[in-house]
Amino acid sequence: MTTANDIRSTCAYCGVGCGIIATPNGDGSITVRGDTEHPANLGRLCSKGSALGDTVGTTERLLAPLVKGKSAEWDEALSLVANKFKAAIAEHGPDSVAFYVSGQLLTEDYYVANKLMKGFIGSANIDTNSRLCMASTVAGHKRAFGTDTVPGIYADIEQADLVVLVGSNLAWCHPVLYQRLASAKAERPNLKVINIDPRRTATSDIADLHLPVRIGTDVVLFNHLLAQIEERSAIDASFQGHVSGLDKALEAARESDLSVCGLDPRDVEEFVQSFVGTEKVVTIFSQGVNQSSAGTDKVNSIINCHLATGRIGKKGMGPFSVTGQPNAMGGREVGGLANMLACHLDLEVPEHRKTVQDFWKAETIPERAGLKAVDMFKAVAKGKIKAIWIMCTNPIVSLPEADGIRAALEACDFVVVSDLSAEVETAKVADVVLPATGWGEKDGTVTNSDRIISRQRQLLPPAGQSRHDWDIISEVGRRMGWEEAFSYASPAEIFKEFAELSAECALYGRDFDISGLVDVDYEEMLPTRWPVRADGSQTERFFADGAFFTPSGKANAVSVTFRDAVTRREPKYPYRLNTGRIRDQWHTMTRSGLSAKLSQHLPEPFVEIHPTDATKLGIDPKGLVELTAPSGTAILRARVTDKVLQGDLFVPIHWTDVFASNGRVDALVQAVVDPISGQPESKASVVAAKPFEAIWHGFAVTKSDVAPKCDYWSRARIEDGWRIELAGRTSCDVEELACLVLGGQGEVVSYTDEASGIARFAAVDEGKIVGVLFIGREPLKLSKEFISSSLGSMDPLVLAGRPSQDMPDPGPTVCSCFSVGVNTILTAIQEGGLMSVDDIGRALRAGTNCGSCKPELAVLLAQCQNLQAAE
Amino acid sequence: MKKLVVIGAGMASGRLLEHLTEATSQYEVTIFNAEPRGTYNRIMLSPVLSGEKLLDEIITHNAEWYEARGITCRFGEKVVGIDPQSKTVFGEKGATSYDKLVIATGSSSFIIPIEGHTLDGVIGYRDVEDTQRMVDTAGKTAFDIVVIGGGLLGLEAAAGLHARGARVTVLHNMPYLMNRQLDEAAAQILKSAIESRGIRVVCDANTQKILGENGKVTGIQVEGIDPINADLVVMAAGIRPNVELGKAAGLEMGRAIKVNHSLQTSDPDIFALGECIECNGEMFGLVAPIFDQAKIVAERLLGRQATFESQEVSTKLKVTGCDLFSAGQFDGGEGTEALVYKDPINANYRKVVIKDDRVIGAVIYGDTRDGNWFFDLIQAKAEISEIRETLVFGPAFQDPDLLSALFATEDTPNEELRAIA
Repeated sequence: MTTANDIRSTCAYCGVGCGIIATPNGDGSITVRGDTEHPANLGRLCSKGSALGDTVGTTERLLAPLVKGKSAEWDEALSLVANKFKAAIAEHGPDSVAFYVSGQLLTEDYYVANKLMKGFIGSANIDTNSRLCMASTVAGHKRAFGTDTVPGIYADIEQADLVVLVGSNLAWCHPVLYQRLASAKAERPNLKVINIDPRRTATSDIADLHLPVRIGTDVVLFNHLLAQIEERSAIDASFQGHVSGLDKALEAARESDLSVCGLDPRDVEEFVQSFVGTEKVVTIFSQGVNQSSAGTDKVNSIINCHLATGRIGKKGMGPFSVTGQPNAMGGREVGGLANMLACHLDLEVPEHRKTVQDFWKAETIPERAGLKAVDMFKAVAKGKIKAIWIMCTNPIVSLPEADGIRAALEACDFVVVSDLSAEVETAKVADVVLPATGWGEKDGTVTNSDRIISRQRQLLPPAGQSRHDWDIISEVGRRMGWEEAFSYASPAEIFKEFAELSAECALYGRDFDISGLVDVDYEEMLPTRWPVRADGSQTERFFADGAFFTPSGKANAVSVTFRDAVTRREPKYPYRLNTGRIRDQWHTMTRSGLSAKLSQHLPEPFVEIHPTDATKLGIDPKGLVELTAPSGTAILRARVTDKVLQGDLFVPIHWTDVFASNGRVDALVQAVVDPISGQPESKASVVAAKPFEAIWHGFAVTKSDVAPKCDYWSRARIEDGWRIELAGRTSCDVEELACLVLGGQGEVVSYTDEASGIARFAAVDEGKIVGVLFIGREPLKLSKEFISSSLGSMDPLVLAGRPSQDMPDPGPTVCSCFSVGVNTILTAIQEGGLMSVDDIGRALRAGTNCGSCKPELAVLLAQCQNLQAAE
Repeated sequence: MKKLVVIGAGMASGRLLEHLTEATSQYEVTIFNAEPRGTYNRIMLSPVLSGEKLLDEIITHNAEWYEARGITCRFGEKVVGIDPQSKTVFGEKGATSYDKLVIATGSSSFIIPIEGHTLDGVIGYRDVEDTQRMVDTAGKTAFDIVVIGGGLLGLEAAAGLHARGARVTVLHNMPYLMNRQLDEAAAQILKSAIESRGIRVVCDANTQKILGENGKVTGIQVEGIDPINADLVVMAAGIRPNVELGKAAGLEMGRAIKVNHSLQTSDPDIFALGECIECNGEMFGLVAPIFDQAKIVAERLLGRQATFESQEVSTKLKVTGCDLFSAGQFDGGEGTEALVYKDPINANYRKVVIKDDRVIGAVIYGDTRDGNWFFDLIQAKAEISEIRETLVFGPAFQDPDLLSALFATEDTPNEELRAIA
């Protein structure tokens, strides 16, 4: 039921594009629930989406422009930006400036940025963090289909009889799609799920078969599959009239040496048999495929198998890329990447350029692709880019060789950053920081992974003087002299223009066409899948009819051969570094890190390491690990687990300098890119690993925001404060540290065991605990959740580090929505005789809201059942 | 039947005769007591003084109790001599012979022999009479009272006297209170607590003389401070064992009557126990080891083998609102390590002293509920390295499995148990 106060909008996070209903509470906060009428999620939300309300507000926000670190008027800041860009262009040409934008911009923002750079500045130097996310899919789609077209829709996942997940931890990265798949499988247990991933992840829980393929060898596996499709006469001959190049692709496929994949041949056989023997196959792929120096080839190796079997664009069939950002797809549609034009037209095609240029009444339009993300920052480092404008993204954290990115930006003549906060790393090196509106304040559209355009609506007034990105860009455009082209008054106007442009572009018969939305009631627009043609006709799925968008009209099966990851393990760097997301954080934590709930699931940056490697390196299971690459170092908490292969390491991507001393994994990632897509190989760097030789470890919980100064620290938000991990290589003055962390507030309760190097302090102010600090020589074995919950309590016996027996320790949070800990769940399973995930839900509510923790609940159940079986 | 004579009806004798009469008695027993009453719980004199208990409530074995067990009571009759040769005890009202004799004469308050100590109004704090005098005068005729001695007994006396409306000053000749039971940190918290209820505490007090007029005490002179008015002076500065009978009987003496591990004196037919003995160089002032001795003497009298092993002792201060516990070697020393918890807000203090991974001492101020647990750990000599991190916080913070393993006997395969768990 909706009330007058309810506003329909779209979630801020991944590319699933879930519909939400937000209720502003009138005090600057909002309450969020899933929109049962949105086709992407049908009411479901994940842990992150459910906690969206925790992330809005003015905490940490920049409320007025900054010029050289000082508050400035908008007028001054905007004129400075316009003048600096104009001067650079005048002196060094249009290619001396660049925009680096984001898959979190709305389509309207993106459209204006792309128009300003390509149509008026006259350069194609606009690229986006989507380059890090799905550029290989774009390239693979274009090679195979002629356009960047996602053929299928989400319902195919539910209608398939086999879902193959490649390089996708769907359970954590696209939880609502995972939930849809899980429910479908629960209804039809013969829906088979095969999970291809070097790691055993939360997603593996639902899989009937997990293939722990060696990092970077997916092409070999899919080439093997393709060869077997031929071998077993599973090629759909009737479809081959629509495909060219299959013979050459098969030729290459037959040459593949499966041994490099490191798989059990029986598992491979099961995979091949399942694929060959099942008509309705959906292959979902994500960053494990894309973020590779062979990403584009991997995409094509997957598509090849679907083309060979003709399983594309039909119910329950097809290759399916799932994107990581809320509007990566919208960015692709407006052409907001360096090698795109607009509306899926090509920069290299003169007629395409002319159509767009005429429509924009643009003075100029670039003939060549601009610099892709990694190259763009290399050009900055070389001094070729004189002025860069970074919007809504934090490349000092997210780009490979991130320390080098910082150095490049520090040396750049003029850096503009539009962001919510001045605390993000990139904003700190900017000459001008422009306060942009945040998710809950913006108004526009986004496109999700199955081509649904949804409205994102304003829920709250802009914080302080912040302005919308489209408005800021337009204003700069006007100040650069293009008054008329950038005279937009609203996102609706921009959308209308974009739809009109798509009508012009539709003359080329490409996939993208929203001309049917030119006169749509923008305010009331319902989620709509493109294309929507001028006559109102739509296409639910592409390519079942065999009509592709290549010049020949045929799909291309692309001949691909295995290329290993570019960086090679060597004695100095013997470990392969894989990276990825975790369940309850997103990107660089600027939003999800604001939520205490979301910060409890995995509160510290970590590295997953195989037990054999940990033993070999002498790494304490609760200790810290130092990773070194040629480009930088990181210090991370060890998580010793056989979920990663021996020789592989896994580190999450999220941590920044705001949350940890040395947690930016991209400081380690080598700037190697796919030669076609330019997408960095983020999941296959090489590093050295050793124990971080701390002589003391600390854990603190504080009410106030303190900046620890020691060799290692990391912090996470908790209700009303922070939890902080600390460690040092050199001896620490305990009293001094206590002073720093506890801030000299109130009276101090202490516990010391000098002989063991243990010191613990609790600061109590007006009868309530305002901070605690634990110090020891060894990694601390404490109930950190219990300690975190002590803030504001009256009992200094929290210094025991664990609850007393009549107050059980909930353990690390599993269910973020209801804050249910692992011990609570295990006890309930054992004492309540719970037999299923649903039983747990009924008993504890865990898993009953967003369901993102269900895979973990299932694992806990299995653990208990194994134990009982053993007894 | 053999004749057994017991001299003294204190807590040691009471407990001894309990044990003895539980067995089939082979003895005809006679018990002498200088005080005109049976056995009472001397430890509870402080609550009587403070008014929390009545005298009747602390009597544990009255004459009826003894007589019901066939024991002849000669209460109010002092023993004046012993002749080991003829095995005779001489009471004020007549002699009696014995086959076995038990000397349990206890101790007396040590009255420091400074100038004025014989004045009227200078008393010890040892027995019902002392207590009764304080009850009768404090806040009624004695408004200013000085307690000499800031140990267990002195502080209990001070608190009781204060509760009865007197202005009380405690003089302690050491740097901090209860120095035999507490470390300095705990003693400081205690001092604050005592002072906060209105009792004056002077540490490092060198008492020079007791002032008096007309044979009656009027005040006290302490070095370096103004003279203090006093209507009553209570000496709680230690005890002296009552050894005169034993000495006169020619028994071997040390600082008290010497006994062996069987608690026999140099005369094998004479046993001694309680505060009047010295065993293996050690003397005894607390009830726990004395009850142990009572059991041993009973066993020996019944002809069984039994030897006395001195155990660590624990102490509790019985002053309402100043809960204190101490046990074992709480003051550190070579090779010891201390776990210290300080909570100035709730006036809680704990120190646990560890040596070779075993608890050898503990001091608690404030919440003393876990005192006995620490005492058990000391006595069990339990290996505590597994629970060291949470030890000081008490049993409620221990893993139940580890906890039960702590007190397991030697032959329990703890390691295996833990491996299975």
